[in-house]
Amino acid sequence: MKINIPVSKAKQLALHHTLKLSENTIAKTTMANNIITDFADVLLFIRLFIKETFSRKFEVREFFHQCFAIGYKSLPLVSVTGFIMGFVLTIQSRPALVSFGAVTMLPGMVAVSLIREMGPVITALICAGKIASGMGAELGSMKVTEQIEAMEVSSTHPMRFLVVTRVLAATFMIPLLILYADGLGIVGSWFGANIKGEVSLVLFFSQAFSHIGFVDLLPAVIKSFFFGAVIGLVGCYKGYNAGRGTESVGKAANSAVVLASLLVLVVDMIAVQITDML
Amino acid sequence: MKTNQSEELVKEPVKTDTKEAVIEITGLCKSFGGQEVLNNLSFKLFNGENLVVLGKSGSGKSVLIKCIVGLLKSDSGTIQVFNQDITKLTVKELGEVRQKIGFLFQSGALYDSMTVKENLEFPLRRMKEHVNQKEIDEKIKDVLENVGLADALDKMPSQLSGGMRKRISLARTIVVDPLIILYDEPTTGLDPVTSEEISLLINDVQKKYKTSSIIITHDIECARTTADRLIMLQDGQVYEKGSLNKFEKSTDELIMAFFK
Repeated sequence: MKINIPVSKAKQLALHHTLKLSENTIAKTTMANNIITDFADVLLFIRLFIKETFSRKFEVREFFHQCFAIGYKSLPLVSVTGFIMGFVLTIQSRPALVSFGAVTMLPGMVAVSLIREMGPVITALICAGKIASGMGAELGSMKVTEQIEAMEVSSTHPMRFLVVTRVLAATFMIPLLILYADGLGIVGSWFGANIKGEVSLVLFFSQAFSHIGFVDLLPAVIKSFFFGAVIGLVGCYKGYNAGRGTESVGKAANSAVVLASLLVLVVDMIAVQITDML
Repeated sequence: MKTNQSEELVKEPVKTDTKEAVIEITGLCKSFGGQEVLNNLSFKLFNGENLVVLGKSGSGKSVLIKCIVGLLKSDSGTIQVFNQDITKLTVKELGEVRQKIGFLFQSGALYDSMTVKENLEFPLRRMKEHVNQKEIDEKIKDVLENVGLADALDKMPSQLSGGMRKRISLARTIVVDPLIILYDEPTTGLDPVTSEEISLLINDVQKKYKTSSIIITHDIECARTTADRLIMLQDGQVYEKGSLNKFEKSTDELIMAFFK
């Protein structure tokens, strides 16, 4: 088949396609460059964090202040979450267990589910929403209003004062919040079990704890520390590297929640694989 | 030290010919992503003077003082502060030089989560490690009285007006007894009356604390009140320098646009 196109038109078309290809190549190269730059930024941030963590001047007072802000002030939210987790899990599981005649397994099943998986992951996700976004927004607005620069001028390393204290506080407080949520989850489960039956709290707890071993508790606690570190690091990284405008504060808070939640799930997946291999 | 409203607004310039330079900038260049902001900039700040830096928005005024205090790294050139080239200092040495420099940020940069007292304590505790709580309390009381806000001690920054924030910010700057103060647009966003109060306060601080200052502004009234000497920046270079009188009488279009 012969196509009749004038030479000038053909040249125009060829030029158009060449330009489009060049634009696509430039866009892809820029994207790849951005990803590499972001990755390098994250590595540099983590390197600086580690260096400042082990520096001689640790901000003890600010660390305890952050422990209070992260731990104590998250208690109401974590309490409600923990209680509802246990309550709902019991209500949903009870009919299946009754049909197998295994209703006595209910406390143990709920306790193992809560301590091994549901408690750490759901509490960490809730903390990612509250703590990572809070850190992202706070540090982001501090950057926009030049407070971070003011700190630097006052001979205070902002990384040491703002980031190290927050990340370490999150790393130590989130495992405690998770254990607390697990405990309240079992209480919630007892309430759930008492809607259609009658079990004493002492008996319920004794049955629940009889099914929990060291192998359930240890991996859950270890991964909780990683959840805390990830939440703190992501929240601080996003806030510390926020742009200059007020819009960037919102973006920092938003992306901190999304990335922290995603990384909590990724860490959980890796932790489950490692636990399974042991 | 209260601001004296009846004081003559145009001050007597400080004689600089016999004074030593506390800051000496030579061939300073700074660019961002290929855009040149400072281009071979050179000037001196003499001991005890208020040097006003004028220039259009985007002429590199704020970048200049951020380079001086080491918040931005210059591309080339030297910045001698008390005969130490801050572009070649280690982090520790830079920290020591920063103890001699106060910086008043354009936005005030007060720490939102701290009270006024905590804001003032923050640099004191870090820069003067050997002072005790009694000395800290006395110093804070003294500087707050100097800026006319002795009763704001327990207020949060969110409870302060724009002028009050600037005063507290100035109090935080002078609380560590700096030898040099860098003012980044100290009167921006303030009404004319408050702007004049802040300008007079800058003069009072210069007199009482014997400071040398660089005042970045495009507020001509502030420049008239505070300047011992002026320089104007254009395209990252010194476009004109001299006394207020020289600028007022200039027939150059750009300078006249500022001083009309």
